[in-house]
Amino acid sequence: MKIFGEKGVERLLSVVAFSAISALALIALFIFIEGLPFLFRYGVKDFLFSSDWRPESGKFGIYPMISASFWVMLGAMLVGAPLGIAGAIFLAEFTPKTVMHIVKPAIELLAAVPSVIYGFIGVVVLAPIIREIFGGPGLSVLAGAIILGIMILPTVISISIDSILAVPVSFREGSLALGATVWQTVHMLTIKAAKSGIVASIILGMGRAIGETMAVIMVTGNSVMIPNSPLDSARTLTANIALEMSYATGMHREALFATGVVLFIVIIILNSIASVAIRKKVIVK
Amino acid sequence: MTQEKNIKIDTRHLNLYFHEEKILKDINLEITSNQILGIIGPAGSGKTTFLRSLNRMNELEPGWRVEGQILLDEIDIYNSELDVISLRKRVGIVFALPVALPMSIYENVVYGVRLSGIKDKARLDEIVEKSLSAAFLWDEVKDRLNLSGLRLSGGQQQRLCLARVLAMEPDVILLDEPCSGLDPISTTWIEDALTELKKNYTIILVTNNTMQAARVADKTAFFLMGELVEVGLTRQIFTTPVKKETNDYITGRFG
Repeated sequence: MKIFGEKGVERLLSVVAFSAISALALIALFIFIEGLPFLFRYGVKDFLFSSDWRPESGKFGIYPMISASFWVMLGAMLVGAPLGIAGAIFLAEFTPKTVMHIVKPAIELLAAVPSVIYGFIGVVVLAPIIREIFGGPGLSVLAGAIILGIMILPTVISISIDSILAVPVSFREGSLALGATVWQTVHMLTIKAAKSGIVASIILGMGRAIGETMAVIMVTGNSVMIPNSPLDSARTLTANIALEMSYATGMHREALFATGVVLFIVIIILNSIASVAIRKKVIVK
Repeated sequence: MTQEKNIKIDTRHLNLYFHEEKILKDINLEITSNQILGIIGPAGSGKTTFLRSLNRMNELEPGWRVEGQILLDEIDIYNSELDVISLRKRVGIVFALPVALPMSIYENVVYGVRLSGIKDKARLDEIVEKSLSAAFLWDEVKDRLNLSGLRLSGGQQQRLCLARVLAMEPDVILLDEPCSGLDPISTTWIEDALTELKKNYTIILVTNNTMQAARVADKTAFFLMGELVEVGLTRQIFTTPVKKETNDYITGRFG
């Protein structure tokens, strides 16, 4: 059954591999070609820092969306990072290996739940609770932050666990041998040694939070305004693109592509920082 | 066994099991204060396991079971009020692989004492100088105490590990093949330090290098297949061993 032969298989695989990379390159190229000219024509400063988003009158200021994305992401971090890091420490240091090997894949499965399901839970369960306790519309920055905080847990936990487990056993033994308790060892040694991986997990989580669309559209209310409180409704950059792309034409359409450019750059930066941080697993000063 | 006063550690019918496999068999060993006890024996003879049982480091891995007694100053370390944390503060250990903790030289040395709640800067400075001097490392690092301990050479890291233990002012220092990865000069440093240290500490030295035991140990114990074959004054063990196995091992090594 020699159809391809060694060389043929090699060539075929390299074509497949490069097509994946070229897809990324093409996507980048496409949104930049569509978005950049508008960005310079309209003015980067006006585009980024004006709060006036009225496509019908030719006003394209995305500051409200930037602000919404920022606050939702920050909120998601406040919810997700402490939970995720604490969970990772608990699983890596305080539970028997067998338990961890069951729980960790289960947590990673959270990432496989479609985001529309998270949005659905947000609308049906979370928003009414927020409305009852704090008042306001319920569909809000707070709801978005909580839902996203849960959605980034698999990223944060899984990468944090890996970096905690990558801390050499000899460090841990050295510490315990000096009469440190497990907890003292964790907070004086392990967390510091695993710091770059933990930071990377949070940054990747941020990237995930800022890029998430469906769940956010469903739970944040989507009104174009700068949120003044966590209970306000807000529209993120991603939501803006998704909601308006279907009917946008001309300048409006270009402005949405330019929004995409902004998102793309933010996420590239976040992921680059994260991958640099992951590469140096244990800190050597 | 000789009649000695000042028994620091006394193991009585010590049996150690790992997943029900018997690793140590009926070890009865009295360890005298302010002496160096060398433990020799081939790989897999249980010397390291024995050493690690003395400050309960074996327990870090599940599956260990202990029978018999280990008495430290006549207190059973496995079944008494003495908790494992205070035990490890009194019985320090230096491992075979020299591993500094990922922090500065200074922080490496004060790591243990900080845990004991000492925060006074002057006191800590004093401890650092004293411990590093006792480990024969002070002169080499005194100008760069903020350098990461991981930047030191293997021999320096091993002396740093020793200083780290000394800072705790333990009663007993356990050393698990502390020179196995070191060059001859670093080895000499460590051996000199040990000879100096026995004035204040009880030292137990596991070594694969029989000559090292002959050089520094006051007494030497020979382990084989999880059993204590023979223990006695170093000179006697190396010149007129009682047991044939001991003689074979020693002469085999020198052969």
